[in-house]
Order: sequence, then C-alpha cells, then structure tokens
Amino acid sequence: MKHITTVALTALVSSLTLAACSSGAGSTEAAPECAPADGPVTLEFTTWIPGIEDVVAIWNDANPDIQVEVQTGPNGNGGTYQNFFNQIEAGNAPDLGQIEYDAIPNFRVQGGLVDLSGCEEVMAAKDDFVDWTWSQVTLGSEGVYGIPQDSGPMALFYRKDLFEKAGIEVPTTWDEYRAAAEKVRAEGGYITNFSQTDINQFAGFVWQAGGQWFGNDGDAWSVELASDTSVDVADYWQGLLDDDLVATHPAWTDEWNNAYNSGEVWTWVSAVWGANSIASGAPDTAGSWAVAPAPQWNEGDEAAGNWGGSSTAVLTGSDHPYEAAKFALWLNTSEEALTALNAAANLYPATKAGLELPALKEGVDFYGGQAIYDVFADAAQQVVPDFTWGPTMTQTYSDVADGFKSAATGAGTLAEALESGQQKTIDALEAQSIPVAE
Amino acid sequence: MSILVDPTPQQAPADAHAEASSPRGPRDSRLSRTGAMLVMGVFTVYFLVPLWWLLVASSKTPGDVFTTNPLWFADMRLGENLGELFAFRDGLYLRWLGNSVLYAGLGGAVATLIAGMAGYALAKYRFRGRETIFNIVLGGVLVPATALALPLFLLFSKIELTNTFWAVFLPSIVSPFGVYLTRIFAAASVPDEILEAARLDGSGEMRTFFTMSLRLMSPALVTVFLFQFVTIWNNFFLPLIMLRDQSLFPVTFGLYGWNTQLNQIPELRTYVLVGALVSIVPLIVTFLSLQRFWRNGLGAGAVK
Repeated sequence: MKHITTVALTALVSSLTLAACSSGAGSTEAAPECAPADGPVTLEFTTWIPGIEDVVAIWNDANPDIQVEVQTGPNGNGGTYQNFFNQIEAGNAPDLGQIEYDAIPNFRVQGGLVDLSGCEEVMAAKDDFVDWTWSQVTLGSEGVYGIPQDSGPMALFYRKDLFEKAGIEVPTTWDEYRAAAEKVRAEGGYITNFSQTDINQFAGFVWQAGGQWFGNDGDAWSVELASDTSVDVADYWQGLLDDDLVATHPAWTDEWNNAYNSGEVWTWVSAVWGANSIASGAPDTAGSWAVAPAPQWNEGDEAAGNWGGSSTAVLTGSDHPYEAAKFALWLNTSEEALTALNAAANLYPATKAGLELPALKEGVDFYGGQAIYDVFADAAQQVVPDFTWGPTMTQTYSDVADGFKSAATGAGTLAEALESGQQKTIDALEAQSIPVAE
Repeated sequence: MSILVDPTPQQAPADAHAEASSPRGPRDSRLSRTGAMLVMGVFTVYFLVPLWWLLVASSKTPGDVFTTNPLWFADMRLGENLGELFAFRDGLYLRWLGNSVLYAGLGGAVATLIAGMAGYALAKYRFRGRETIFNIVLGGVLVPATALALPLFLLFSKIELTNTFWAVFLPSIVSPFGVYLTRIFAAASVPDEILEAARLDGSGEMRTFFTMSLRLMSPALVTVFLFQFVTIWNNFFLPLIMLRDQSLFPVTFGLYGWNTQLNQIPELRTYVLVGALVSIVPLIVTFLSLQRFWRNGLGAGAVK
C-alpha cells in the first residue's frame, strides 16, 4: 500500500520539485497574497493533540466569524501525514494541519504547504518565537511554512536518590557521563538506555553537538548523516555499548518502562515531554528524580539539543490562508491558548513568553518538588539554531534504526549504520528526483 | 469451506458414552484421541491467553499494569475503568462502538443480501455473459481490500463523499467472496424443481426468491454475513484513509489513534486496554448467537 502511494506521489513530487528548485534560494517568487475573506469562514484543522478541542472552543467562542472545526486522528507517522498527502493530491486537505518539525521539509518539497510570509501578522510575530523554532519553519528560506507550536529542549533526567547513595557526582560533560556510567555499572545498574529504535533521540544528541544531518542551499540537498560530528557522537555511544555501560531496551515498550521503574536505569537525556513519560512509565520512582542540564561536549558550554516539537501549518488548497494563519498565531502565541495546551497535553511552548507561563514555574511533585521547567526554559534558549531536517525523514529514520538495532546486538557499529543510512537516503532522494549536492 | 463438506452428523456426540456408542466411523484409539485433545488444548490456551491478559490488564490501574503479575488480578478496577472509558470525552468510545456496529451490522446485512441475490441469479438463471460476470467477481476475491483504499479515496474525493458515513459504508457492502459462496450454495441447495413448481403456482421471481430461496440458502447467507461482519469490523485501512471526523470513526481506528498518543497522554493506556476488551464483545456475541443458525442449516442439509 505504502508503495503504491509512493509511486503515486513520486509523479507529483518530481513536478513540484522542479518548480521548487527553479525558484531557488533568495527567490523572487512572491509569497501568495494573504487577504481576509469577505464573510464568515469555517476552517478545518487536523491534529492529534488530545484535548485540543477544548482549546479551540475558546477561540470559537471569541471569533464567531472564524470558526474552526477540529479533527483528530492518529499521530503524524501513524497515518495522518499520509492522509495529508492523499488529501492534498485530491484537493480536499484541511486548512490547517499539525506537522512536526522533522516532517516540514517533506511537505515543503512536495508542495503541500502554503507560504505564510505574505501575511503581515505572521512576519510581525517572528520575534515572539524562540529563534531556533522559527528557523525550523522557514527552512532557511524567505518563506514561512508553518507556525511553531511546541518544542522539546533536552536535559538530563537522573535518579537523584541513587546518585547520592552511590556518591556519584551528577555529570556535566559527556566525559564525566561516561565515567559515571562505569561507576553506575559497578553498582549493578545502567546509566541510561540507548534507544535503538527511536532515532530522534540520537538526532537530538547530534543537534546538541552542533552537527547537521542535512543541508539545503536552495538548489540541492546535501546529506550529512555521516559527517564528522555525527560520527563522533555515534562513536561515543558505540563505546558505551561496547563496554556494556548502557541498556538497550526498545523504546516505549513495557520492558523499557520497567527498566526505569525498577531502578535498573538511572538517567535519561530526553526532551521536556519526557517528564511525563517517566512519571507514567515508572510510577514507583515518584519523588526520586531530578533534572539537570544535559551533559556538554566541552566543559563550560551550555548547548542543548531538541527532540520533537511541531508546527501548525496551512496546507495547500486552503481558501483562507489569512484566517488560518490568524488562528494558528493565536493558538501558539496567546497566553490563554498556551496555558490550555500545556494543561491538556503538556505541550511545551515555542514562544519566548510561553517559557515563562505560570504553570511552568511550579515545582513538580514527581521530581521532588523541583521546578524542573526552569531547566528546560534555559535549555530551550540554548538549542543550537539551524538544524535542518531532510525531505525523506521517515525513510532515513527507518534505515538508520535498522543499523542501530544491529549495532545494539553487536553486529556492526553505529557509525556504519549512519554510513549506510547516508547512502540509502541519497538513493531515496534521487529516486524521487530531488536534487542532491555532490 | 471445510464446514460445507464436514460429514459429521450433528446429533452424534451428545451422550456420555460417545466413544463406545458412536454410530458410525472408525473407533478412535485412546492414544490418538488424547493426542488430538492435547493439540487442541494447547491451541485453545494459545488463543485464549491474550484474551485473558487483556481482561486482567483492563482491571488494573495504569501503574499496576507494569508492576504486577500480568496474568493475575491486582485491584479489581474493571468497573471504574469501564466507567471512565465510557465517560471519557462525552462517551466518544460508545459512539465509536455504535459506528462499528452500524458499519459492520448494516454493512454486513446489505452485503449479504446483495451477494445472495447475485449468487442466486448466477446459479439459477441462464443469460449471456453469465460466466464472464462470475469470473470477474471471482477476480475480485483476489484483490486485497487494502490495495483499493487509495483509489477509492480519490474516487470518493471527486464526488465529495470522503469523511462521511458513506465513505466507509459503501465499499463495505461489496463481497465478491459472498457472491462466490452463495452461487455455489444456491446451485446445490435450491432445486430447480421447486422453482418450477413456484412458477407454476404463479409466484413471481422476487417472491420466490424472498420467501423460498433465501431460506434454503440461509446457512450460506449466515456464513457470508459472519465473514463480512468480521471483515468490516476489523477493516482499519479504509477508515484511516477516508475519515477525519472523530465522530465517524469505527472503534478499531479510534483505539489505534489513542494508542499512537500514548507518549503524550499516558492515561490513555488504560482506555486503550479496556476499549480493546469491550470492542471484541460484539464479535463474540455475533458469533455465538449466529452459530446456531449456521449449524442447524448444515445439519438439515446433511441428513436430508
């Protein structure tokens, strides 16, 4: 099935890609006009955020002329993205869709997103957003292909009680992290679990290290999965794997939850939403966790990576980009919406003001009363800007994950997995007639 | 269809001395009988353990699911869990369940009627192109429904019927396999003599079909209905592609959607578990209640 879809889309893609690259960087192609409609409009908005209906209801009450109908379904890779592509092709896509940062280039390359840079309000809101989130939706171009919604700055979750009991310092650099890993192993635990199946975490590590996986100069894509920084990070983790210093449970499984719940695994370098994953997956450890800034590659640095986050994008075919953009801005910048989204689905805002929401200033019981979101607010502003996602992330993730799974069981290495992911990604881009540099 | 050729008489094994007094067939040796029971027992356990796990997990708090014995109860919270599930988002789950019953029940019934009529016509009337039509329908059996979902989506987009009840219902009332089965069954179980007698008595073709032939064909129709019911109930891909409006989702797709959101909203885990448990109840009820017709019909044919 997927194959058939791919074939159907490839035809579409190739024509759109030609259009896209003929305009090139710094293009003179004008952004579409962004004018209000004459009468009342109704917008469709597809997302998978649970409980977002209540947030949208606030908007609908206040804006009788711009009514928004929410449709929720499975998450993006669970089928909603494929549906968007089908609907864009059939010409009946919803006006607004939730699109994660790592999927935006895919939609952009396939011509699925409306450029909002013609909307004055959108351009005026640029400085409200944390800088790197804005570059996630502009893709380094003049255009604006979505409104940042949430972000996933990364920090170090650790078992405060176990570290104190064993007399181990909380690591601040990756070198210290490895040293701590050896001590933890001597205590019978693992310092962390290396996620072999969820490549996003590893991408976050590369991001923090200042690496890139993709580049786009406006004409062609470069693939840098096996670039020096990326391979350095891989080698670091390979070392931990080789010496049996990290556990390798598949992410998001009961086994994985249990490893945290039982105290087998002591830390997790994860995104802000991970706070909830631990609280629900390891209920027996309540009160024992704390959060510290992520370990650094160079002592004294304050770099952070990011894992996850999405945007609200206007999809091609929408008749009302002005109203859609207006709603998306309200949803993702107004304090009432951000507070409601955080309460309903733990979304962590992408705006500067949002980082200071009262709800994010409180201590969290599960973390011994620590105001953990202060750590993430700092991290959010230290996320390395300009990390670029490729247009075929689904394929890239799955190819690299295949290699990582082998590496976790001792066949091959992480660096080899990146090498082979690099080649397969280039093949996939070329198969879709997407220009590749070199 | 092994059930159609199964020669076992229906009334045989009811009494306690079945082994000694079996009226026909070779006498079973104790060894082979034990072996057969053993194999069946193993498979029964194999199929029932997941159900048992589901029942047990549905009765726990989210925390207990990971920390307590997966195959035995901790705190019995099935009632509360059910209550929470049914109340969650104003009874969205019940709505999904109702949708599934509607898609599968109504869809299955209409599909059975259409397949029955088509199969009957193909078996009992002679007309030009009959075999060609039958062969084309047979070809339809070979095409997996999943492969048709995307083309159907594009077609339905043209007539603006996506994201409606019809988008899932209309494709569900087509059952090529049903046509095949009813044709074979009608050819075997509806004698031409009866049809001729009916015609002589002045009964119209429609009346003959609905009053007589349909009843003669009922075992095949029940089979077709059960198959189609289960197929529609479990059809996941079509709703995934066609539907956007939560209030139209069938229960399978709705639960899948929740399951993909577990990372964000871990509380949904309980709802997914309990929801999965409840969602298999209608299937079990349908099977158990229709099984009687199924067997009666077969038995009636066998001892004629």
